[in-house]
Amino acid sequence: MAQRIDTKDLNIYYGDFRAVEDVNMTIEPKSVTALIGPSGCGKSTFLRTLNRMHEVVPGARVEGTVEMEGVDLYGPDVDPVAVRKNVGMVFQRPNPFPTMSIRDNVLAGVKLNNKRISKSDADDLVESSLHGANLWNEVKDRLDRPGSGLSGGQQQRLCIARAIAIKPQVLLMDEPCSALDPISTIAIEDLIGELKQEYTIVIVTHNMQQAARVSDRTGFFNIAGTGKPGRLIEMDDTATIFSSPAEKATEDYVSGRFG
Amino acid sequence: MTTTVSPPAKSSRRRRSGNTDRGFNRVFRWIAVGAGATILAVLAAVALFLISEAWPAITASPEELAAGVPRYPEDTSLLAYLGPLVFGTVLAAVLALVLAVPVAMGIALFISHYAPRRLSQVLGALVDLLAAIPSVIYGLWGFFVLAPVLTPFWTWLNENLGWFPLWGGQVSPTGRSMATVGVVLAIMILPIITAVSREVFLQTPKLHEEAALALGATRWEVIRTAVLPFGRSGVISASMLGLGRALGETMAVLMILSPGFTYTLDILAAGQHQTIAAYIAADFPESTGLGVNTLIAAGLALFVITLAVNMTARWVVARRKDFSGAN
Ligand SMILES: Nc1ncnc2c1ncn2[C@@H]1O[C@H](COP(=O)(O)OP(=O)(O)OP(=O)(O)O)[C@@H](O)[C@H]1O
Ligand SMILES: [Mg+2]
Repeated sequence: MAQRIDTKDLNIYYGDFRAVEDVNMTIEPKSVTALIGPSGCGKSTFLRTLNRMHEVVPGARVEGTVEMEGVDLYGPDVDPVAVRKNVGMVFQRPNPFPTMSIRDNVLAGVKLNNKRISKSDADDLVESSLHGANLWNEVKDRLDRPGSGLSGGQQQRLCIARAIAIKPQVLLMDEPCSALDPISTIAIEDLIGELKQEYTIVIVTHNMQQAARVSDRTGFFNIAGTGKPGRLIEMDDTATIFSSPAEKATEDYVSGRFG
Repeated sequence: MTTTVSPPAKSSRRRRSGNTDRGFNRVFRWIAVGAGATILAVLAAVALFLISEAWPAITASPEELAAGVPRYPEDTSLLAYLGPLVFGTVLAAVLALVLAVPVAMGIALFISHYAPRRLSQVLGALVDLLAAIPSVIYGLWGFFVLAPVLTPFWTWLNENLGWFPLWGGQVSPTGRSMATVGVVLAIMILPIITAVSREVFLQTPKLHEEAALALGATRWEVIRTAVLPFGRSGVISASMLGLGRALGETMAVLMILSPGFTYTLDILAAGQHQTIAAYIAADFPESTGLGVNTLIAAGLALFVITLAVNMTARWVVARRKDFSGAN
């Protein structure tokens, strides 16, 4: 199920501003890839090109290719909507639909495109997705309450449940724990460890320990100065990046001697 | 010396700024309370005026009313007399709302989520211009232009879909019917509903739109899952503003509608309906004594309807507050 992603000479623009330059990266299936780097170096921008969310911003565009199992996501007859069904995303700030119940939030993606789903199938899907997101026990008695009534950590796990309910092959997470307390963070990190059995996971994080704990491979982005594009400096096994990186900049960054 | 003097000076300055802050606070509170009290007082004054002036008509017997009010039918209680007016008023407003809300939402969504920026600005300005046209002009236009233009269409509806309750009866050859009034009122309330809805739709949090997009939603599905639910209470408020205007609209109705006092749903026919506002405006110049009291009783009915509409809208909005996204 999980799929491999290759980006080739990927340049990412906001209008005339080149935010990210020449990224060549391979993301292995059924593994966790962490993206680290200083603020503004284009991690979120890069992540959003992997499910074609980048182009939602007016004037934003991409040059180069993003291949998923050899198929270019930016090919002429690729439907961005289909790409996004295939590549789920969890955002930095938890964003359950406030007008929907917990149950409807989980089913939101499935109900798109007027897909019909029987009540019992829906019940099963809600339960399995919430189990998958480690949230079932906390919310099973209040599935009809609004999703916005949960704690921040619970909301984020609800968003993960919503993302995995449509059975994507890749899951992108942009600083999913930055708004959460340590306990919720651990819960989500455990969850990531379980999810990688089935999904290809790419996670952006500012937390070095988190990258070290959850990821198999780590990519380090850096930026030469304001107004300059961000670049992928180095990508390797997480253990290597944190112990003996090839680049001086990487070593400085992961050891906190940055800037 | 200086060191011992300056700290108190600094702190006293700070305290003074704190005082003015608190002063502003107090002034602001009084302004707010005063404004609230003024609104309540005006509302109460209007209600009191209506009730006290309507009272003679409310307590009068059918004989007294028939004697004192021009064109008042024999053996009719005040309620039975005002009933058709209330019916006509509500019918006109509902027709206008049913026609206007879908169109207004369509335009608002187009402006907020589909049109290129340039076009959406032009379109928004055009819609706002519609609101600037005085209702007398709408009346003239409805009478001279719209009614003749719509008549063939009304005839067609009557001939081909006459089984539908609204489209039966005898079609007015001049188009001076409730149906035409409904269309004109709909055009009149379109701008306010569009403008408010557009603002609400534009305020949909990016976060929620992106959440829908990331689940693989098409543009329409984004609107369905994120924009419309978020804007729901705003659209209801907007509709109520429009409904209020439609309920109270006088001039256009007076000029277009050929009046009547029945309970029929045949909106294509002439001489069947009348609205309270148009009735008051039409009869006021020639009314005296009990006649005026009767008009004011009709006004009281209109006042009650508008209040009821507003309260219902509030209740509808509040009922699903948990899910409104405001928490
Ligand atoms: N919507 C946008 N329009 C224009 N420029 C943008 C937009 N979003 C981001 N940028 C620019 O692109 C560059 C990369 O931003 P991005 O958000 O990808 O950084 P990041 O690495 O995710 O930073 P952080 O760690 O703070 O989240 C920045 O220079 C930023 O100013
Ligand atoms: Mg970011």
